Amino acid sequence: MSKITQADLHAYADAQLDEAHRLRVEAHIAHDAEAAENVRVWREQNQALRALYNPILNEPVPQRLLAVRASRIRWPYYAIAAGAMGLSFGLGWMAHPQQQSGRAVDTGALPRRAAVAYAVYAPEVRHPVEVGAEQQDHLVKWLSKRLGHQLKLPQLAQQGFDLVGGRLLPGGKGPVAQFMYQDPKGQRITLYVSRRDAEPGETAFRFSQEEKIAVFYWIDGKLGYALSAEMDRARLLTVATAVYRQLNP
Amino acid sequence: MMDSADIAAHIPRLRRYARALAGDSHRADDLVQDTLERALTKSHLWRRGSDLRAWMFAIMHNVFINQLKARRELALDEAAEAALESAPQSDPLQLRDLAAALARLPAEQREVLLLVGLEQFSYAEASQALNVPIGTVMSRLSRGRERLRTLMSGAPAATMNFKLVR
Repeated sequence: MSKITQADLHAYADAQLDEAHRLRVEAHIAHDAEAAENVRVWREQNQALRALYNPILNEPVPQRLLAVRASRIRWPYYAIAAGAMGLSFGLGWMAHPQQQSGRAVDTGALPRRAAVAYAVYAPEVRHPVEVGAEQQDHLVKWLSKRLGHQLKLPQLAQQGFDLVGGRLLPGGKGPVAQFMYQDPKGQRITLYVSRRDAEPGETAFRFSQEEKIAVFYWIDGKLGYALSAEMDRARLLTVATAVYRQLNP
Repeated sequence: MMDSADIAAHIPRLRRYARALAGDSHRADDLVQDTLERALTKSHLWRRGSDLRAWMFAIMHNVFINQLKARRELALDEAAEAALESAPQSDPLQLRDLAAALARLPAEQREVLLLVGLEQFSYAEASQALNVPIGTVMSRLSRGRERLRTLMSGAPAATMNFKLVR
């Protein structure tokens, strides 16, 4: 067994080791009081830093930062998005997404329904989905047919999430599709897609915290989308942005 | 193609990091603003599929270092480090405030400590963001943690926790 180095101890304190490596370091520090104390102090430092600075994540972003825009360059995607979603989809759209008025397009119970569907199926161990990722083509065809609208399946591997599969759910006014993704740690995300019978419309991203479940949702044409997960808002937003971008290339 | 919403998604984290890095909130937001502007102007240099977060933090690192150089604070930091090194053991610094202790760290150690401890970057990501080898990340981390411990010693753990959760 090779020697445990200082670097190993740091990596252990920072939870950056794989399981086997972690167990080896654990065994080592069990009989090395000095190493154990170092690890304790380092972890305490990490925790102290987060306790001190994490509140900044929840501060409203100052206007001058939101006002920074790509004024000098051309952004093909930016232009399309801004055109489609209104000016709120600049850097400004995340200032207070939850406060944006719902008058123009009614999103109804979308975030609530999506969160409930997440809460029911995300913890499911044996049957989280009806159709698994291995039958991806069939899954998309089937759900598109039931919703009466061609669906697109975002690929979230870059964000660390692989497709688990999907299922058909009853929505308020007809069938709803739910796609489920999972990261290597087992953290799940669902994308809930419902067909709207109202006039096609568009909204900016909106955010809703449904108890423990964070939901980003938006309307795009005939479909309403809601991305739900039990994770912090900032991380979910990164995924939601990726989903949106893939759906609107 | 990256869009401004992608960049916007990183603002809260950039602000958190900048605050810890720069100290006061005004300077921190200046740092974020410069970073955003540079990121937008240089967006064509970002490789699609590569880690946007690491890229943004790398930009912030460069902006920060340039600002320090402009203010000649790098030299000051080195001087502070030398002073600490030679400080007599009988006169330990009685800093009780984590923010104040952080400000006493050399900038390069502060950056690593924050990327790893606060932002939870992997060592490889920190190495990418700071454009230094992983070995350098590790040695700065190790020295930074030791320095922080020295600076914070004298503050009983209970007092420290009380201050932090206020």
